[in-house]
Formats: sequence, structure tokens, C-alpha cells
Amino acid sequence: MHEWALAEAVIAAASEVAEKEGLQTVREVTIKVGELQQLELGIFEFALAQLKPAKFKNAKFKVKIAKAELKCRVCGHKWFFKKKELNENASEAIHFIPEIAHTYIKCPKCGSPDFEVLQGRGVWLESIKGVKKSDG
Amino acid sequence: MVDPRTSIIDERMRGIDNIIAVSSGKGGVGKSLVSSTLALILAKKGYKVGLFDLDFTSPSTHLILGIEGMQPKEEKGIVPPIVHGLKYMSIIYYSGERAAPLRGADVSNALIELLSITKWEKLDFLVLDMPPGIGDATLDLIRLIRGINFLIVTTPSQLAFETVRKLVGLLKELKIPVIGVIENMKMDNSSIIQKQTQTLGVKFLGEIPYDSSVEEAIGNTNKLLNTKLAQKVKEIANSLSIKNQSIT
Repeated sequence: MHEWALAEAVIAAASEVAEKEGLQTVREVTIKVGELQQLELGIFEFALAQLKPAKFKNAKFKVKIAKAELKCRVCGHKWFFKKKELNENASEAIHFIPEIAHTYIKCPKCGSPDFEVLQGRGVWLESIKGVKKSDG
Repeated sequence: MVDPRTSIIDERMRGIDNIIAVSSGKGGVGKSLVSSTLALILAKKGYKVGLFDLDFTSPSTHLILGIEGMQPKEEKGIVPPIVHGLKYMSIIYYSGERAAPLRGADVSNALIELLSITKWEKLDFLVLDMPPGIGDATLDLIRLIRGINFLIVTTPSQLAFETVRKLVGLLKELKIPVIGVIENMKMDNSSIIQKQTQTLGVKFLGEIPYDSSVEEAIGNTNKLLNTKLAQKVKEIANSLSIKNQSIT
């Protein structure tokens, strides 16, 4: 359930952004979740709902999933992460620390563990919409 | 897009009174042995202590302390298990004994991930076993952890000390506190490292003689605590003063 810890981070970051932007109330928060992290979205969304402060009372949390695309630094091959190709231990380790993918995943073409994650790693706060004090 | 993880790190570290980053300019100077032994000694004194192995590509504190078969608990985050009286955190819970071939940016990401999800709760001391050098992990910790203190380990080698000089220079420039320098694997009576440390304006904390019995003590904390290395680390621990508070 480290989804809860990540939800706490999202709420803390969103609160900072809302404060900086001078938002009195927040209407919508868009979060991008990388597939590599394999979050349990039900728990993550529940945690967000439980943790939201007063300013976010009526805010809608939109969670978008980004497919995890990997690119081999040795041969240039690009491929998409597939959870079903991993055993349970590897899958769980990557869930906690996505970089552990380098321990368990190899380039399907040349076998190198030296790849980059082009997209689909981690949790990102994409946007926040709300009403500023001056908006009335 | 905003990375939300860095916004929660302060909260995660809030309950920790003292953070000691055991660091070195070069690898192979005994940093992991010093950090593991220091953490054990502080825990034996009755302090609440955490040990976090941040040498992600070459973790070794679990071998020094003989830790195996442990896993953190999941409780709205990751709760490190208590081993030998220490809250112990390492990447080995996830990588096992396999290699973790991480580039600098990956090391940063893994570090930020663990800092943002690990729940240390109340600690008197968190000892960080740092990777050697002035790389991504060092720069990230300086950026992300308020109140971090560096304790630097070197050997009598001028080559090792040259890297200490650079590390101290950087830390001073960034106004990061340096508790002092420990000279490890001492084999003669030379006071060159002590004098050079003092020239840098940094406290020389003491010297640890080369101790061949340490190798046999690896994996056994009782044996480790009986080595000359542990006796010297204990003396050094007794003389440490962090946040103007002496360790007794």
C-alpha cells in the first residue's frame, strides 16, 4: 500500500502549486501514472480522496495512465513494458522502485540492461485547475 | 509536469533529529564498515537509529551486518524492518543479490522514490551509507535533505585525501556541515592526514588502525563490535557533537 505514500506526495505537491498559483479552490487535478510503477489505481484514488484538504473538497482527480516505453541504449531497440512477462517478485520490486527494472528487464533484441525509460515511469502532477481569489 | 515526490520528503524526515551522511571521495576506504559500526554503536547506546544504504550499485552494509531474509512492511508507505536494533533500509530488499546497473539519473530517481515512501518515524540518528564521490546521490541528498551532516572517511593515502579535499571544498561552498574526517586503515604513526584535515578547517575525529580481524567479523555483529575498528568508532562516537548536543 505504498500507493498511499505516493498519494500523500501528490496532495503535498498539488497544495504547493495551488498556493503558488493563488487558487482559492481547486476543481481538477490531473495526474499521470506511469505503467512501470504498476500502481493499484483503486487504492491510489481512494487515498487521494481521503487525504484531500479543504481547498480540494470538490476537486476531481483525473488519473491518466502512460504506457511504459523503453529504449535500449546499446542497439536502439524500442519496446513496451509488459507486466505479464515478469515473475511476481520482479514485478513487485519494480512496483516499489521502478529503476529496479534494470535488474530484471533486458533488451529483447540484444539482452542489455542498459536502457532508458522514454515514458511511463512514476507519478506526475500534470495540471491543476481552480478558482483564484480574484476570479470571484 | 511536477514530480510530486520531492514535496513529501521533508515530512518523511521530520521525526529524525540527526542525519549523518558517511561519505568519502573515493571507494574502498571503509565507509560502509564505519557507517554500519557507527549505527550499531549508537543503537547499543540506546538511541533510536536508522541505517540507510545508499550505495545502490554496490550495497554492502547488509553483508557487514549479516542481514538476510528481511523485508520492509507496507503501511501507507514502506516501514524498514528493525535488525540488530536498527531500522534498516537498502535497495537489496528489491534487487536481491542481483546487480542493479543504474546510470546517474536512475540512481537519483531510485533515491527520491525511497526517500518519499520510506517511513522512518521518530529517530535520534539516521546514518546514511553514501556512495563514494560527488555524484548524483550526494548532490540529491544535499538538495533534498535539510539538516544533513557529513562525516568523511579517508585512508592514509594522499590519493584518497585529494578527493576528500574536493568533497570538503564543495560542502563548504554549499554551507553543508562537516562533522569531521576519520582516517581509516592506519598503518604507521604519520600525522600528515590529521594536519591536512586541520588545514581544511575541518575537525579530525580520529584514526582507526588497520585491523585484519575485521574481514573475519563480516556478517557477525558480535564479532564486529569486538574489533579494534569498533573500539575506535566508539571513541569517535563519544566525541561527536551534532546540533550542539553531545553523544554520551
